Amino acid sequence: MESIFTFESLAFTLVVKVLAVVAFFFVAPLVVGYMEHKVLGHMQARLGPMEAGIGPIKHGVGQLVADGAKFIQKEDITPAAADKWVFALAPGVALVPVMAVLVVVPFGPGVWVENLDAGIFFALAATGVAVIGILMAGWGSANKYSLMGALRGAAQLIAYELPLFLAAAAVVIQAGTLSLVGIVEAQAEPWFFGIPMWFVVPQIFGFMLFFTASLAELSRPPFDMPIADSEIIFGHMTEYTGLRYALFMLAEYAGMVVLSALTTVLFLGGWYLVPGTTWPYDQLPQWAAALLGFGVTMGKIFALTFVMVWFRATFPRLREDQLQRFSWLFLIPLAILQIVIVGILKVVAS
Amino acid sequence: MSEYYQAYQTVLALLAAGILVVAVAFTLNRLMRPDKKYGGKLSTYECGIDPVGAGWSQTHIRYYMFAFMFVVFDVETLFIFPWAVHLGAAGEYQGFMLGVMLVFLFFVTLTLPYEYKKGVLKWV
Repeated sequence: MESIFTFESLAFTLVVKVLAVVAFFFVAPLVVGYMEHKVLGHMQARLGPMEAGIGPIKHGVGQLVADGAKFIQKEDITPAAADKWVFALAPGVALVPVMAVLVVVPFGPGVWVENLDAGIFFALAATGVAVIGILMAGWGSANKYSLMGALRGAAQLIAYELPLFLAAAAVVIQAGTLSLVGIVEAQAEPWFFGIPMWFVVPQIFGFMLFFTASLAELSRPPFDMPIADSEIIFGHMTEYTGLRYALFMLAEYAGMVVLSALTTVLFLGGWYLVPGTTWPYDQLPQWAAALLGFGVTMGKIFALTFVMVWFRATFPRLREDQLQRFSWLFLIPLAILQIVIVGILKVVAS
Repeated sequence: MSEYYQAYQTVLALLAAGILVVAVAFTLNRLMRPDKKYGGKLSTYECGIDPVGAGWSQTHIRYYMFAFMFVVFDVETLFIFPWAVHLGAAGEYQGFMLGVMLVFLFFVTLTLPYEYKKGVLKWV
């Protein structure tokens, strides 16, 4: 199947594709950010933002738009001691790779920008660049708390990248392809000894590993040691203000969307509605299938981001050494075990 | 240009668009922001106290061991991916392919108890 963003003119296709990704990149994180404000508020017996609204709709729906308008008017402060270029470029380095991942994520039948052969590999490699942005921010700030936070962040991101990669490798074994579209389509057919189900069932460890590791990759609670406010102020973001700080925040919320989208595609059957069947997509015209698929995928993504927010309200922060041990002694062996299980099942079943 | 590379054209275009978006945001910011800088505002932030020592103070990078371990495991992970793609299509060689990978994974996993015994994962 071709991408729905394909037109006869190559240049026009390219422009539409880029605009689609940029538009999604700026809208979806705002929705997730608003949800975090409201959900976290209600979980802590507060109301969250109530005033800012768009037109007659209140309940704080315009809060993040207002925040953005304010951020763009803020003074741009670079500390006198900072390494100017490294400091200035760090938010961009953190932001752009997250946008690049959206190129390969399928949001519905035909609703993807490119179906790269190396899909999952490309996505994971691009998320790995986040480490460089964090190290640049921490080093460039010339602040000892920033540097400490950046070193913690780097150690955490590389430690949790391994479970993320290994869990994805187990999915690749089962699907037999690296393409994300291929992985979703592989979940349409009954695979597990004739019983129809998505990859989440035979790979329940993999699913939990991938989701936990993506929380750590985003430095979200309970893995927010790199930006632990009670000991190192705000980690690598301590010296950042105004627009540069806003870009870091945007990168975090966009990262939540992207990693939830990858979890959805790898384990939760992507755009499929009912396990084991392509119904109702095989009976709908293409435009309706694309629309429904997009809705179903976004529903799954928002459900996962809701759980991420829920975790933030629930769990206390892990200590640095607990955090490292949790990854090396528990998550990584479990991920290798998952690969062995899926490999054996694959050989036995065929 | 073949179709294979056309897909990567979009990736490149998107990277360019990303840089453009960041540039536009900062240009808008430049037009709209106040600019009144003075000493205290530009000093390093340490919870309101005057900064002690230089910014790049000596830090014990206790995490360098994890970086070493990461390199070992990351290479191993890269090695798994091509194997994972072709396992399903290997036909009669499937059992052999699986066996070889199990031996490989066994030896790689052995590094974890070794590192644990060496005390690498304990806090110093």
